[in-house]
Amino acid sequence: MEKIHLELTGVNMDFPTPQGSFRALENVNLKVKKGEFVSIIGHSGCGKSTVLNVIAGLYQATAGGVILNGKEVTDPGPERAMVFQNHSLLPWLSAYENVELAVNTIFKGKKSKAEMREWIEHNMQLVHMEHALHKRPDEISGGMKQRVGIARALAMEPEVLLLDEPFGALDALTRAHLQDSVMEIQADLGNTMMMVTHDVDEAVLLSDRIVMMTNGPAATVGEILEVNLPQPRDRIKVSESKQYNHCRHEVLRFLYERHGKKAEELTEDETIDETVVNSSLDDSEENPVVDFKESQQIKNKVA
Amino acid sequence: MSSQSIEFRTFNKGDFKAFFTSFATPILGVLIFLMLWGLLAPKVVTSLGAVPGPKQVYSQFLALVDEHKSERQSEVAFYERQEVRNAKKLANDPNAKIKVRRYAGNPTFFDQIITSVVTVMAGFLLASLIAIPIGIVAGLSKTVYAALNPLVQIFKPVSPLAWLPIVTMIVSATYVTSDDAWFDKSFLNSAITVLLCCLWPTIISTAVGVTNVSKDLQNVSHVLRLSWWTHVRKIVLPSAIPMIFTGLRLSLGIAWMVLIAAEMLSQNPGLGKFVWDEFQNGSSNSLGRIMVAVVVIGLIGFLLDRVMLYMQKKVSWDKSVALR
Repeated sequence: MEKIHLELTGVNMDFPTPQGSFRALENVNLKVKKGEFVSIIGHSGCGKSTVLNVIAGLYQATAGGVILNGKEVTDPGPERAMVFQNHSLLPWLSAYENVELAVNTIFKGKKSKAEMREWIEHNMQLVHMEHALHKRPDEISGGMKQRVGIARALAMEPEVLLLDEPFGALDALTRAHLQDSVMEIQADLGNTMMMVTHDVDEAVLLSDRIVMMTNGPAATVGEILEVNLPQPRDRIKVSESKQYNHCRHEVLRFLYERHGKKAEELTEDETIDETVVNSSLDDSEENPVVDFKESQQIKNKVA
Repeated sequence: MSSQSIEFRTFNKGDFKAFFTSFATPILGVLIFLMLWGLLAPKVVTSLGAVPGPKQVYSQFLALVDEHKSERQSEVAFYERQEVRNAKKLANDPNAKIKVRRYAGNPTFFDQIITSVVTVMAGFLLASLIAIPIGIVAGLSKTVYAALNPLVQIFKPVSPLAWLPIVTMIVSATYVTSDDAWFDKSFLNSAITVLLCCLWPTIISTAVGVTNVSKDLQNVSHVLRLSWWTHVRKIVLPSAIPMIFTGLRLSLGIAWMVLIAAEMLSQNPGLGKFVWDEFQNGSSNSLGRIMVAVVVIGLIGFLLDRVMLYMQKKVSWDKSVALR
């Protein structure tokens, strides 16, 4: 077995609120091997992004901690590059300049000007954005922005690439393209990747393991599912395989039978509409839809 | 044939509407105003005669231009006479001491305009150089903000005119003028008063702009471990530019109003002094000349704001935002 690369031990995360401290995470334990693709899935608000932010060092765990390559994570750093949900490109810089800012900062004194330029262009090619190097974020589509965001993260040569619902705001076709790109990149570079998602298909398609989180407050790792399908995967072939459907079924069962949000408030006959989660190809913003449905169900119940 | 028809397509309904709202309506507004002014002004009779209408004000403007021209001519004549005199002196005695005297004529209306504009720009630029860095630091650090906030809040509502006596006393105590001094005392008094009123809006807007840098971009900066300076240069400043300019434009607008008042109050050279002198003068032309000054003050204030807007457009990355 490969060496443990990234390890979360007993991570608690409390946020101060006016009503006292709020425990978002409790006793989160996770071990990730080098080159592994791990997805974190759970209902919205369960703290999956918080886990990623703790790994990134943007939040400091209240208890427990994160160890990467034997060193404790205390602050944010480029070895844990993050792809943010809403791309977070600097709107006043071109795509090239956005990546350049990262490259200049990290490889200052290590690479020559020409090497840096080559490296930036290489990373833009990886995400198929070499045709729009000098366009500004407001001149390119959402998917292209996210590609540049990925290029920027990759250009940092991260040991772990963190993806925080990277495709959540994209339409289904664009999302599929980007998922393929991510698989391709991972096959090429063998990066360790951790992705937060709320899309079951995305999780099963991309991951070696899926970490399913229980509902907050005090959310923790509920179950971990291994996806035993050879990488890189072909979305069409894989969708017919038994293993794929089994995994998908398992995740759905975890999310909607065992940890359905407010499940205890629902009566037996109100079956939860699985299509909401299944239909990753139907809507561009899945999260709000899930929330809406859930709140509708709760409202119905109240009425 | 088709190309011809495109060429002849000139003035459709939409074009007319656009022309009307962007061009004709403002002119119409001004014309109506001038008409009402011309009708109503003669009905108000003061101790200096009836309030002048647009026609009289325009003729006073022409008079002011003439005065300026004749003043310039007499200045040129003065220097010519002086040169001739000095040349004669030198011819008689090569070792003679020669004094070159400066022309000491009255500043004309247009001289006063230049004085005022130079003063306001000096005070404003200096204030901006002080206020923007302070605003950035205050926006970045909660501690600095907490320390500065009470001071800013207390000083902001103080009319700069209340500062004027203090500024005057301090300047005359600390700044010793000689004939070849860089600045006149009066210039310093006005400029510092302008500076004091320009500081606060710029500090506040800059600090607000800096605090509102998007959390995501701050996270990017953290992940990249950008140095403080790079963080300010690459992320904070571009994000805060619109707010900084809002503050600057507010400041400049206030500065221009305050300067005129300060010049009136302290008899420092400038448009304010012109207005005050005319008021004291009390001739039958005074009201007309003051009105010329009022219109010019307004136009210059408007121009200053346009210049800032133009600069904002130049500096801001977001060209799509409509600037008003």
